[in-house]
Amino acid sequence: MKENNNVCVIIGASHAGVNFAFALRQQGWLGEIRLIDGDFHLPYHRPPLSKAYLTSKDGIDKNLLKSEESYQKGNITLQLGLSVLSINRIDKTLTLSDATQQSYDKLVIATGARAFIPELSGLENASNLFSLRTAADVTAIRDAVNNCLNKRVVVLGGGYIGLETAASLHKMGAKVTILEREERVLSRVTAPQMSDFFQELHAKNNVSILTNKNVTHIEAKGSENFVFCSDGSSFIADCIVVGVGIRVNIELAQDAGLEIDNGIKVDAYNCTSDPSIYAIGDCTFHYNPHYDRFIRLESVQNAVDQAKIAAASIVGQNNRYDTIPWFWSDQYDIKLQIVGLSTGYNNVVIRTEIGEIIKFSVWYFKDNELLAVDAVNNAKAYVYGTKAIKERKLIDKLKLSDLNTEFKLENLFL
Amino acid sequence: MAKITFITKDNQSIVVEGTSGSVMELAKQANVKGIDGDCGGVCSCATCHIYLNEADLLKTGPASEIEKDMLELDDDANEFSRLCCQIEVSEAIDGVVFQVVR
Repeated sequence: MKENNNVCVIIGASHAGVNFAFALRQQGWLGEIRLIDGDFHLPYHRPPLSKAYLTSKDGIDKNLLKSEESYQKGNITLQLGLSVLSINRIDKTLTLSDATQQSYDKLVIATGARAFIPELSGLENASNLFSLRTAADVTAIRDAVNNCLNKRVVVLGGGYIGLETAASLHKMGAKVTILEREERVLSRVTAPQMSDFFQELHAKNNVSILTNKNVTHIEAKGSENFVFCSDGSSFIADCIVVGVGIRVNIELAQDAGLEIDNGIKVDAYNCTSDPSIYAIGDCTFHYNPHYDRFIRLESVQNAVDQAKIAAASIVGQNNRYDTIPWFWSDQYDIKLQIVGLSTGYNNVVIRTEIGEIIKFSVWYFKDNELLAVDAVNNAKAYVYGTKAIKERKLIDKLKLSDLNTEFKLENLFL
Repeated sequence: MAKITFITKDNQSIVVEGTSGSVMELAKQANVKGIDGDCGGVCSCATCHIYLNEADLLKTGPASEIEKDMLELDDDANEFSRLCCQIEVSEAIDGVVFQVVR
């Protein structure tokens, strides 16, 4: 697989695609490597977009995944501002948006996901309505918020993106209201205690989170929007940020006839149902050995780890994908670190440290099996949780919750 | 302006100059092998682990609590460890030598 004339094309130049390109070069691939992306910017970090980057005045050049020079040094060709229209598997070519065709020997699909825009009446006429997924989105949001007098922002959706964006916009001087359809924020991913914590955190910062708010329609009047909910309430917004989830970019793969489930189905080496085509990152539906089920993940960890696995596999080294997922979120002065997947938990243990700053951790169990840990301002709990989950250690729940037990890893085991 | 030297695990020496930002960002720009900085510099991934010598540690200051916590169970960590996303580039650290751990 190291012939000089082989071409590897990567569709999608975000965390997964870029890391893959460099990993493949590092693995000794001598052929061409091309990265194609519809975004005109040099590839950048996405997680900070809703966090520190939104509140800064930085250009995206401060936030690049790799310097421009690195691509030259790695002999990696960037084809930016171009999208792939179709994958033609029989002759192994791609048709691009500039009507050209390109051939590949190996193809990597790293198309990620896009913001989901719900079908709401009046949404298309709303003024200053944005989703937050790209650097251009952030520029547009910053401009809109900075240029309007009242700075009333309604954020649709109380997931991580919505909460982080709200915290950042508040820092920028906006008056922010979050409208969440479910009865609590982060309901899909955390225990009620974590939802309560974030609800209170935002309230303390004068960001109001309203739950059970099912938005039905939007009316634009001049530069103002009126956001209406099914319970009859309405909210005035100079800007609206939509953060109600994502849709996976599977269409290219689907149209090419690759196997699709809740994402592009890949094996333990990130190969799709076509041996010449791999898929990595947010768009993949993959098997997680630790949790013994197929999952799809939106995370940097998954993007980076799958990039390495796929690159190794393409040069003939088959390392199976086997990792514990991890995530993070920054809101105000709160640092949340998450390890593991809490889905399926039936009991939690909360440990709150005594001290001046807020510091606690929520440990999710299914019976006695530790599934996940949410650590708030508590990196120690995060690393202990990581180790305990990886090694399937049995945790002494009484000691864990007992503040008289010193918080040390060895003290937590049964 | 600070002149900073990175020594990678395969003994490559890379000298860079910078005025601001974090040491991790500088290392990424210079494509220093072993500094991944996956989380973008918010001390969440521990993929920018470096060692300093004692004198240089005085220049940068010691590891913060969160760095120590992140590295607590890392077999490679020692008292000269830091996560370099948490080190600001400034004249105060001119001349330091960072040994990349991974």
